[in-house]
Amino acid sequence: MLREGKTMAVEKENIIRMYTIMLTIRRFEERASLELESGNIPGIVHSYIGQEAVATGVCANLTFEDRIVSTHRGHGHCIAKGADPKRMMAELYGRKTGYCKGKGGSMHIADFSVGMLGANGIVGAGLPIAVGAAMAAQLEGRGKVAVSFFGDGACQEGTFHEALNLASIWKLPIVFVCENNLYGVNTPAHYAIPLKDIAERAKAYAMPGIVVDGNDILAVYEASRDAIGKARAGEGPYFLECKTYRWRGHAESRAFADLRPAEEIAEWKAKCPITRLERKLLGDRLVTREELAAIDRHVLALIAEAVKFAGDSPWPKPEDALEDVFSVAQGVSK
Amino acid sequence: MREITYYQASNEALLEEFLRDDKVVHLSTDVPSSLLKEFGPARVRGTPISESAFVGAAIGLAGSGFRPVVNIRMATFMFVAMDQFINQAAKITYMFGGQARFPIVYRVTVGGGVSMAAQHSINPYSIFMNIPGIKLILPATPYDMKGLLKAAVRDGNPVLSFEHRALAMIKGEVPQEEYTVPFGKAEVRRQGTDVTVVALSNMLYAALEAAKEMEKAGVSMEVIDLRTLVPMDKEAIRASVAKTGRLVVVDEACQTAGAAAEIISVAVEDSRTFKHLKAQPVRVCAPDVPIPYSPPMEKFVLPDKEKILAAVKKVMR
Repeated sequence: MLREGKTMAVEKENIIRMYTIMLTIRRFEERASLELESGNIPGIVHSYIGQEAVATGVCANLTFEDRIVSTHRGHGHCIAKGADPKRMMAELYGRKTGYCKGKGGSMHIADFSVGMLGANGIVGAGLPIAVGAAMAAQLEGRGKVAVSFFGDGACQEGTFHEALNLASIWKLPIVFVCENNLYGVNTPAHYAIPLKDIAERAKAYAMPGIVVDGNDILAVYEASRDAIGKARAGEGPYFLECKTYRWRGHAESRAFADLRPAEEIAEWKAKCPITRLERKLLGDRLVTREELAAIDRHVLALIAEAVKFAGDSPWPKPEDALEDVFSVAQGVSK
Repeated sequence: MREITYYQASNEALLEEFLRDDKVVHLSTDVPSSLLKEFGPARVRGTPISESAFVGAAIGLAGSGFRPVVNIRMATFMFVAMDQFINQAAKITYMFGGQARFPIVYRVTVGGGVSMAAQHSINPYSIFMNIPGIKLILPATPYDMKGLLKAAVRDGNPVLSFEHRALAMIKGEVPQEEYTVPFGKAEVRRQGTDVTVVALSNMLYAALEAAKEMEKAGVSMEVIDLRTLVPMDKEAIRASVAKTGRLVVVDEACQTAGAAAEIISVAVEDSRTFKHLKAQPVRVCAPDVPIPYSPPMEKFVLPDKEKILAAVKKVMR
């Protein structure tokens, strides 16, 4: 990125910001797993640990005016787009102060005020919604974009085909970000997909498709800057396949066995996107170990604050269940 | 007053709402030419046959401040996109804790009677009545088509408009002046004292015909058009049944777990209404079969005036 001629100061600030966001996602997810284990969070959560560079690198190129649509593994996208970890954690806790007043939980966090149009519990269902957000951006004509995040599993859904086709014929300002973490639950992508690179499919929709190392934050940042820039300029949709890996099983739940080989998991842990950036920052002497330690303390404090906020927050009243079926502040019709 | 068709009434409604609010946009496989001419291809957008994509795109548009109107054509085509209807459109207002509005109008054609067979003939109201989060409108007259559709465009929620294919060319009085028809307000189409007949959509006309005949036989039928199923004007049903003491519900859909069953429950579960009942309520619906193709069989399964007459006579015994 330095070759673009930006000043070292701006770039350093940007890189440190992305590092901080990746670490915030990591610490949030570590804590969410613990809170689930200890029973403070009901249901399940899908951990984003290992994939932090994707959400962070892409969203670093977006403003609150741009809109994203996320997946069941959505905490990382929320944080990277600027959602408040306190209200996220409160939602996981099922409290009234959560983003969805406790009606959605982990798989349905949204923050429309920062352009985060929602996580989604149905694989592949977010792509058409993101296409609609992109059509809105096109109609508004102010250079906004939409980003659709989805996994390798979603690429075998019919909505994938329909959404990419529609985005292409309408030349919508959208970037399709495929987070290929190599598995749909326990089904390997190489079993489900007859191609080495999912990005090859972009050709069928007449849009550029490139493969990015999803564990290299700078590579993700640069590739998405290019893709988002083209979308903003009216050049139409773009497909980014980010190869990455989730460290945890499909979900933080004993109901989902993790059948992936232990060596493979270890191999990918060695490619940790956060450690990788740390090494680069230290190697390039952009930060000191002390500075990194200070960032971690700051992030841990932020997460502790989020957990405290969630724990101190009131439960919804049981009868609150009857509100918000329709958007006017009325209950269900009598 | 001037008379226009049901079809013209829907076009007028959209033209007026497009003029009133530039956030209204249209998605459909065949582009409505009058809208396109007036407002251009950016707002009046033709889609490929990709129901999941455009049903879902409407959600993204609505969540981004627009008011999409989506014409899906046959109600049976909705089933291609059921995830987007049920898991997405219907639930997201609630799942997101009411933080955003999703004003969307989905229009579909319902009904049988023209030998289109099962994959092009259906009245799937009750499927959606069981999915909270989508409002359901059933305009039966040109006046209601225009007024309900305009209200639907202005509503802050997903609205599914069930429009009966047999009504497209029916004419009726529609004022030139601006108006909307509020949701959840039934219309008593004919006053009566002996039996309440709640008739859905196109069944209104068969019920009104039956009422004329019953009048000659000395039976006074009250005919109610609910106009919207979600929200449902339960008070109108109860008030009428409390007055007449008898209830017949006419719905072209299959009988089991249909809207008619719900309407009867609305009456009988209410103790004040229940104690006025003089006879058991009766449903006039299609039997539980897919709609057949061949005219004699199709006529056999669909409710009509004769079947309504038989039901009314039964509750009058």
